[in-house]
Amino acid sequence: MGFKVVADRDICQGHQMCQAEAPDVFGFDEDADVVEVLDEHPEDSLRPQVESAVTYCPAFALSIEENQEED
Amino acid sequence: MTVTHERPDAIADIPEVSIAVPDDNDWGHLAELRTDPVALLDRVHAECGEIGRFRLVDKDVVMVTGAEVNEQFFKAPDSTLDQAAAYPFMTPIFGQGVVFDASPEERQQALKNQALRGDQMRGHATTIEHEINRMVAEWGDEGEVDLLDFFAELTIYNTAACLVGLPFREEIDARFAEAYHGLERGTDALAYVDPYMEGVESFEIRDRSRETLVALVQDIIDRRKQRGKVAREERDLLDVLISLDMSADYITGVFISMLFAGHHTSSGTSAWTLIELMRHPDWMAKVVTELDELYADGSEISFQALRSIPQLESVIKETLRLHPPLIILMRQVQEEIELAGHLIPPGTIVAASPRVSNRLAEDFPDPDVFDPGRYLDGRQADLQNRWTWIPFGAGKHRCVGNAFAMMQIKAIFSVLLRDFEFELVQPSETYRDDYSKMVIQLQRACRARYRRRAKADG
Repeated sequence: MGFKVVADRDICQGHQMCQAEAPDVFGFDEDADVVEVLDEHPEDSLRPQVESAVTYCPAFALSIEENQEED
Repeated sequence: MTVTHERPDAIADIPEVSIAVPDDNDWGHLAELRTDPVALLDRVHAECGEIGRFRLVDKDVVMVTGAEVNEQFFKAPDSTLDQAAAYPFMTPIFGQGVVFDASPEERQQALKNQALRGDQMRGHATTIEHEINRMVAEWGDEGEVDLLDFFAELTIYNTAACLVGLPFREEIDARFAEAYHGLERGTDALAYVDPYMEGVESFEIRDRSRETLVALVQDIIDRRKQRGKVAREERDLLDVLISLDMSADYITGVFISMLFAGHHTSSGTSAWTLIELMRHPDWMAKVVTELDELYADGSEISFQALRSIPQLESVIKETLRLHPPLIILMRQVQEEIELAGHLIPPGTIVAASPRVSNRLAEDFPDPDVFDPGRYLDGRQADLQNRWTWIPFGAGKHRCVGNAFAMMQIKAIFSVLLRDFEFELVQPSETYRDDYSKMVIQLQRACRARYRRRAKADG
């Protein structure tokens, strides 16, 4: 089951910690000075990195949404 | 005698909390705020629910509680709320003309360029390790330490070194820490009447302490001017401010405001983390084991303090939940805003309480129990309750220094628990906070006994 990466750009303070945790998933929007999600649906193998980014985001601006199985 | 205060209807519709400590001067709930603010804030929630109010002199304070309305509070547009007007006790501390808080945009800009940036953290961790080693170098094999003095002094050096610069840190000593503490003790809520009221001892101490700090900084400036210019890489923020021809008074104000948010908060949280660890030997054992394993390979504290230390982090988070350094966060309304269906007019102070929100039973079962397990094994009581787990506030103004603070405390305990064992020297319940000032500090006596650990198994 996949997951979706969500960033609240209104809350992001531009610490850029997430880029260190999961560089393939998070980038930085230099113009807006806030996070940019590069990959909303990363591979499951990247999940630990993304979880770490969510946990250590100093602004609590990141979250993971579980994909709903279609049935 | 009661006096009727005229209020717009919108405010009158919000329930007002009862009076538990009568105020002879008709300053509303000021007397209780100055003696037992926790009881006051708890009662606002218990009696009024998600939105209630109390009165400080001529201002209504509307306090919200709970995830939904906290979110409204923390997401209110910045332009509609003013922080400085809500905290009149800070003006004489910072001094005239020193800005209270930067706008989110300015904060973001500062973050990009300066000391709190993520990639600066490793250097800060090295600095902090060095500072704590210096502090404990004076300790013998066993003894007692006053937790308030110890952590207040240590965190002054840490914040001065990391935020102002290493050269400045070398130019200050315990006198600076002591005078700084005097400022923090000057945050009496009587400032809601008049921050310069005559005959108030804590205000007199505050003003004398500020003069002492200005004199210490003036000395440092004089010595630097005498010494002349140094190479670029040896300069710190003070050199920059001197080159801008700022007065010692103004520079001191800038430093006071830079250090303020990070000082009493980190100092108090470090002290309470140690107290909770001493109170809970099972968690102390888990954390010591975790740190021993982490550092068994000889890795650097500056490296590990930036990485995951789950048991210790959970202990710190639970300490922050139970003992948030700021128990109430306030803003003065500039333009009408809506909270919990009420339109709040300009001039009103709106507030959220970390102390009350962090202990909501619906979000934190057994809310008064110290249980770091709330943040372990897939549980994330902080992230799951991002609008009610609010020791750092929330939203756009969430404490910009929280990553620095967590790193600092992880580094402090990495050194302390590697080299020493600690135990309580007083009955557990006698460790408590002094709530008589808006800046909360540990109440004395608050002593702990340390004993150097045997190095036997390396």
